[in-house]
Amino acid sequence: MLSFASQMHRMLSKYGLVSKQLWEIMQISNILLCNVTDRVSFWFVVTDSSENVTTVPGSEVEAAIRMNRNRINSAFLLSDKTLQFLKITPTLSPPVEPSTPVWLIVFGVVLCLILAGIVFLVVAGIRQRKKKNKESTERENLEEKCEVTITVENGIPCEALDLKAGHINGVFAADNERFTSL
Amino acid sequence: GFLIPYFIMLIAEGMPLLYLELAVGQRMRQGSIGAWKIISPYLCGVGVASVVVSFFLSMYYNVINAWAFWYLFHSFQDPLPWATCPLNSNRTGYDEECEKTSSTQYFWYRQTLNISPSLEASGSVQWEQALCLTLAWLVVYLCILRGTASTGKVVYVTASLPYCVLIIYLIRGLTLHGAVNGLIYMFTPKLEQLSNPKAWISAATQIFFSLGLGFGSLIAFASYNESSNNCERHAVIVSLINSTTSIFASIVTFSIYGFKATFNYESCLNKVILLLMNTFDLEEGSLTADNLSEMKDYLMATHPQEYAQLSPQLKNCSLEAELDTAVQGTGLAFIVYSEAIKNMEVPQLYSVLYFVMLLMLGIGSMLGNTAAILTPLTDSRAIATRFPKEVISGAVCFINCVIGLIFTMEAGNYWFDIFNDYAATLSLLLIVLVETIAVCYIYGIRRFEKDLYTMIGRKPNWYWKLMWAFASPLLIISLFIFYLTDYILTGTLQYQAWDATQGQLVTKDYPGHALAVIGLLVAASTMCIPLGALVTFIRKRLKRESVSTTA
Repeated sequence: MLSFASQMHRMLSKYGLVSKQLWEIMQISNILLCNVTDRVSFWFVVTDSSENVTTVPGSEVEAAIRMNRNRINSAFLLSDKTLQFLKITPTLSPPVEPSTPVWLIVFGVVLCLILAGIVFLVVAGIRQRKKKNKESTERENLEEKCEVTITVENGIPCEALDLKAGHINGVFAADNERFTSL
Repeated sequence: GFLIPYFIMLIAEGMPLLYLELAVGQRMRQGSIGAWKIISPYLCGVGVASVVVSFFLSMYYNVINAWAFWYLFHSFQDPLPWATCPLNSNRTGYDEECEKTSSTQYFWYRQTLNISPSLEASGSVQWEQALCLTLAWLVVYLCILRGTASTGKVVYVTASLPYCVLIIYLIRGLTLHGAVNGLIYMFTPKLEQLSNPKAWISAATQIFFSLGLGFGSLIAFASYNESSNNCERHAVIVSLINSTTSIFASIVTFSIYGFKATFNYESCLNKVILLLMNTFDLEEGSLTADNLSEMKDYLMATHPQEYAQLSPQLKNCSLEAELDTAVQGTGLAFIVYSEAIKNMEVPQLYSVLYFVMLLMLGIGSMLGNTAAILTPLTDSRAIATRFPKEVISGAVCFINCVIGLIFTMEAGNYWFDIFNDYAATLSLLLIVLVETIAVCYIYGIRRFEKDLYTMIGRKPNWYWKLMWAFASPLLIISLFIFYLTDYILTGTLQYQAWDATQGQLVTKDYPGHALAVIGLLVAASTMCIPLGALVTFIRKRLKRESVSTTA
């Protein structure tokens, strides 16, 4: 309990929570604890020793505590949840919000990757189809060219045909044996 | 407790029907519409019904991927946005709605969905959700762009990554405090649950969904197989792997669930202890979880008036009650897991892992669905010759994305639930029933046996034939009867709406136009089968008449 009183005194005096004149004259004995229970809860009053036995008004102490709540908490290594001042609800600190929400950034990154993939695949597909078309038109052009310069008989260029030698057609060659000889 | 119906349904329905569909696809070598036309010209409606069901499914299923993307993008913050409530306007406390419910539920219902109080109040399209939905459809388009050949490569990633994440989660989950409670809850069979037909129905639909029966995607995929592929072995292996994965995943789920239930139970106890200590000014540490009940009785005896004043605020904390809060529905899956994740150490890592896994699973399912829709389109010569593959896939994705914007409106989650509950369940049962009867009795089971013999070199043994001819159709018919009697007994259909003032779900009746949409959904797919038969019949009649007139 003594440590609480000394800490409160340090807080109130160190951080100028009360007016300057009181600061010099305030001592540890000015903080009185009462109604201490097993639960580590108690009431305390801050007295003003310049004018004997008057207590600093509760509203002033409340305002001071409210303003410097986090300093009080850190001095005791406690938090808003573990150190409770009745009737002084803590003003909660808002969460830190960056200028652009984080999720939009991640969304943008993923979106760009996916779009790049799609464009790549589509372009590759178009290129493949163009190549196939080009190959087939090239083959057609080549055949046309051949026809102009080389005379063709039945699709076979004439040079390949040996018109003198000829080819024996095996189907009809065997017929000689079938027909009875005269 | 769910395991017994699950296994029985797997052996009786899952494996035989999977084998059937794979064999049909492999033999006919065409997508679902063409394959059933070959079996019997009157059955072209079955294929069309499968495609319609797949179309409905792809419309609404990608919204889940959009939500998974949303949660994934929000996992890169510290602290996680669903871990704490936002502050109200004058910063004296937390937001009102968030106080009444938990922060994870608030994040889901208010910040993700921005849900309206009822189905009639449609509200506007949420642009953030619309963006995520567009991204989800772009990802699907990227994967199906080049046709099924490229989809096969993507599936290597989408199928193997969830296993890695599941293993990580298994190790993490089993080491969590209170995980054992969840596992005990999962493995203790509850006999009164077994007698409830709803458990059996949900086991059957679970098997159908996870194996993908009746959607036509199996037939489509099997048609790309070689004719000599041993589909019997594949069917058995696939169903076994599927069920082991399901059990593995449910071990992970229940261990995390046990952790969440234990955590909530202990924080409930702590709140009660704090309240008692503050009121009676007791020493710190005098009240613990073990002596709480004795201390309560003691306090009630010594300070009866103050205790009586306090008793409405004292909640009876029970671990069983926490475990019993039913885990079902897609929204609940997001809520339960995000709540469990926020209490772990390094929650960002686990959150990212979990939602990436969810995405992989969801995109894998979407690929199967879109393949089921695209294969008939690319098979039909009328469309395939005029437009290249990329344009057809792009058109399908675009149309689905535009329709899916309905689910991003404020009332979108209610429409999502309608689609989720009614688009696929009844139609799938009917399609699968017609498939089995068609193959066994119309095509002839002896002919089918001979086909299998030519394909894989072995005739199916008595087990398969028994299942195809008798057990599976009987089971499905009994499921149908249960569904219909359940609907007739309960009367009108109802849905759960989020009430922002109370911070919880309330039950409401569906309005007229919603009932009409439900009827349309069910009719659109089921009517295809008789309509297809009718159209073929009329065509044959006309042909016969024209032939007879010309002759």
